Amino acid sequence: MMNEQTTNWFAACRVEDAVENGGVCVKYRDEQIALFYFTRRNEWYATQNECPHRKQMALSRGMIGTSAGEPKVACPFHKKTFSLRSGECLNDHECAIRTYPVKVENGLVYIGVGQHEPTLNSVPASAPSENHVTL
Amino acid sequence: MVGFKFCEKLSSKSDLFNIVVFGEEPRRAYDRVHLSEYFNGKTTDDLALSPEAWYHERGITLFLNDPVLKIDRSEKTVFSGSGRKVAYDFLVLATGSAAFVPGIPGIEKEGVFVYRTIDDLDLIKNYSVHAKNGVVMGGGLLGLEAAKALIDLGIEKTHVVEFAPRLMPRQVDDHASFMLASKLKELGLEIHLNQNTSAVEGADRIQSLLFRDGSRLAADILVISAGIRPRDELAKQAGIRVGERGGIIVDDTMQTSDPSVFAIGECALYNHTIYGLVAPGYEMAEVLASNLCGEAKRFSGFDMSTKLKLIGVDVASFGDPFIQEPECKTIVFEDHHKKIYKRININKEGTRLLGGILIGDASAYNLLLQTVNNKMALPPDPGEMILGPRGSGQTNPGAGVAALPESALICSCEGVTKGAICQAVSQQGCESVDAIKKCTKAGTGCGGCVPMIKDLVTYTMKSNGKHIRNIVCEHFNYSRQELLDLIKIHKLYSYDEVLDSLGKGDGCETCKPLISSLLASLWNEMILKRGNDTAQDSNDRFLANIQKGGTYSVVPRIPGGEITPQKLMVIAEVAGKYNLYTKITGGQRIDMFGAHLSDLPHIWEELISAGFESGHAYGKGLRTVKSCVGSTWCRFGLHDSVSFAIRIENRYKGLRAPHKFKSAVSGCIRECAEAQSKDFGIIATEKGWNLYVCGNGGSKPQHALLLATDLDSETCIRYIDRFLMFYILTADPLTRTATWLNKMEGGIDYLRDVVVHDSLGMAGQWEAEIEVLLNSYQCEWKQAVETPEIRKRFSHFVNAPEEKDPAVKFEKLRDQKKAVDWTAATGA
Repeated sequence: MMNEQTTNWFAACRVEDAVENGGVCVKYRDEQIALFYFTRRNEWYATQNECPHRKQMALSRGMIGTSAGEPKVACPFHKKTFSLRSGECLNDHECAIRTYPVKVENGLVYIGVGQHEPTLNSVPASAPSENHVTL
Repeated sequence: MVGFKFCEKLSSKSDLFNIVVFGEEPRRAYDRVHLSEYFNGKTTDDLALSPEAWYHERGITLFLNDPVLKIDRSEKTVFSGSGRKVAYDFLVLATGSAAFVPGIPGIEKEGVFVYRTIDDLDLIKNYSVHAKNGVVMGGGLLGLEAAKALIDLGIEKTHVVEFAPRLMPRQVDDHASFMLASKLKELGLEIHLNQNTSAVEGADRIQSLLFRDGSRLAADILVISAGIRPRDELAKQAGIRVGERGGIIVDDTMQTSDPSVFAIGECALYNHTIYGLVAPGYEMAEVLASNLCGEAKRFSGFDMSTKLKLIGVDVASFGDPFIQEPECKTIVFEDHHKKIYKRININKEGTRLLGGILIGDASAYNLLLQTVNNKMALPPDPGEMILGPRGSGQTNPGAGVAALPESALICSCEGVTKGAICQAVSQQGCESVDAIKKCTKAGTGCGGCVPMIKDLVTYTMKSNGKHIRNIVCEHFNYSRQELLDLIKIHKLYSYDEVLDSLGKGDGCETCKPLISSLLASLWNEMILKRGNDTAQDSNDRFLANIQKGGTYSVVPRIPGGEITPQKLMVIAEVAGKYNLYTKITGGQRIDMFGAHLSDLPHIWEELISAGFESGHAYGKGLRTVKSCVGSTWCRFGLHDSVSFAIRIENRYKGLRAPHKFKSAVSGCIRECAEAQSKDFGIIATEKGWNLYVCGNGGSKPQHALLLATDLDSETCIRYIDRFLMFYILTADPLTRTATWLNKMEGGIDYLRDVVVHDSLGMAGQWEAEIEVLLNSYQCEWKQAVETPEIRKRFSHFVNAPEEKDPAVKFEKLRDQKKAVDWTAATGA
């Protein structure tokens, strides 16, 4: 299980820099991470910024919402939708996106980037909801 | 496909069977009916009939790339190519068919292909790269499909060679073939009928075809589609009875001469007939699955009626297409101008429809087929069925389905009747085509019956006294019109307010842009304020169109297409400075592509200071008002079309609607501005302006219809005001004016009553309301660059606002740049 010891928390931005009910793009080393502030549900999510469908750096600019209670983001290019919790594509099962845990402390938003690429073995069967864990 | 359908039917009827599937091809069952779409951009995955997990979920073992080579009937065991040995209680042969390759000398040469599988298509694709002359042997249904594939591959010249004196000899008559051939010639296909090929010539690879009459045809690639041969070799080898000319003989339960062995699909020979279509194959699968589950069902032959689009041309044949006088009476309609041919055969008494052929326009097919199959009574003038009623009065498109009996087979692929569909609507609450598809499977095969399903859903709901409501999505139990009224009455201004007071849940990508559009149409406030920015469609959120690679395009408004040299220079300077690709748009303005998100405010600041405004190219609202140069310069011009176009464009700019809308003004009847293809178009006459409405270009072009004639400028604008308000208030989401009118009961006559004669008494109110909207216009981009909290959102990285997206990449093209293609983009 991913826990505080193995998680490398990266300070992404201040709460007020994030967009309410929408996403922003965070630069972490050479990676691009989409950070979503789902204000209506008081939830934070982070995923890869690249939409795997046409490999476009665009998910942070997509609309977020829910489908039967499942939080999701729709890519602005072709409206593929992905679960913000699991990263699963909700239109077909061909592709999925990576998700990251998020926490907020003292007005700062942190994304859990992990010291090492976690392997599949390190993924818990059911992740606690504040650790929207890593595939 | 038939084997797959059998697995689906059997596994859903019973879980007592342990199903093992052997496939010769390396991929899961795929849609062969739409094979030619593979060259049109569809992938093997798009064509697959099921996701990979499907077999597993149903407990079906699937061996691909592993054909069965031998059947041991005494041991009830099959042996596969890879050495697998599997025992069976029942064996189902769904081996399909192979292309028939005639024994012409030279047929083995390189460059000669058949057209059956995705592998064949890949071979053709690879070989065709340098081919200039493509030839298809066989002018039947598959041959023409293959010809389409060659055209799609970009082969310069494609020929079809047919032995018979006509195309599609099994489906249509000579006249129909003639019409089809002349239509296909228009589309660039060369047709050679009555040609008997005697040799394939060339050294190693094909170079030409030699015909019996001594003539030759140059060919770099030859695709053979001269018929099918049932794949019966496995059955034959096992001593199962096969027909003299091929095909595994089956009875009406699909049983072969061995009681444990069955055959379905194109390999099966029933009553001396091979059924080479998918629908009868599916019916065989159904019969067999039912019988194995103890339900007695019989196959009793199948209607071979068919409707398809060949290279964009409708072709349909139903019932008995060939029966001739004096056994029947025929009614024929031939239009050599539009290349339409329709023939129906009715009985001598004139009371029953026996069959017919449709070329060029098969819209009447579903109803005609139902009339044949259900032996329905004919109207007093049967010709109306193909010609439409002559004289005035509109037909009601939904009226046809009411007359059908409950037993009418609507979806022949899945065997679903009208009764079953109506029951699904009434008793299972399936109130959309999608719901019907899920519940009954109707419409999931070839899709030809979908329009009829739609009519049936509407008809059933109406006859149940149900108001037909198109609710927005799971978050709003209202239609667009209802929401519009409620938002107006409750005076709601933000998406969150609307969701809190009228909806439930957290919204989604369907309701967010829809409600944002309603708010804009009602109040015309800056769309990025009040937290509405994230409820906008992505293009509206950044006031620009997102393009391949994640950059944006910039389109300043150029009203009427008129621009000064000074302003042109500003565009040139800005485009040069920010390294933008420039192109003239179809709407007479200039599009600048390839702008980084963070450059957008700077670009617009410069454009705005030179007097430009947002062109709203990203919004669902007024795009452009195109104009010809008009009477100020043109020797034919009657009025100053440019001035009027500028006035119109400036009047309606920024007005948001259910969809984008476009306009044009032409200075005379020569119509150089193409006003009749616009949502509203204006053409100068001697006495004033003619106003046309509800035209459309795009994928389904439609000419605008004349709404009013010889108007003075003020009246013309008043009518446009009313027209636009009526459209904004009543159209479904993302519906262009053309579709809106097509759905309107009473059509253009009704629209004219409302707009010109004010039959609803709304004109005064609408004119006042639109005046308020238009007066509140402000350039969105000006507001965006001047409002710091909005402007700050135009950066790629929230934690590095000055950095641009490093994933953006361009390539050089003709002294400018272009976005790199999808697949070549930054690998993940």
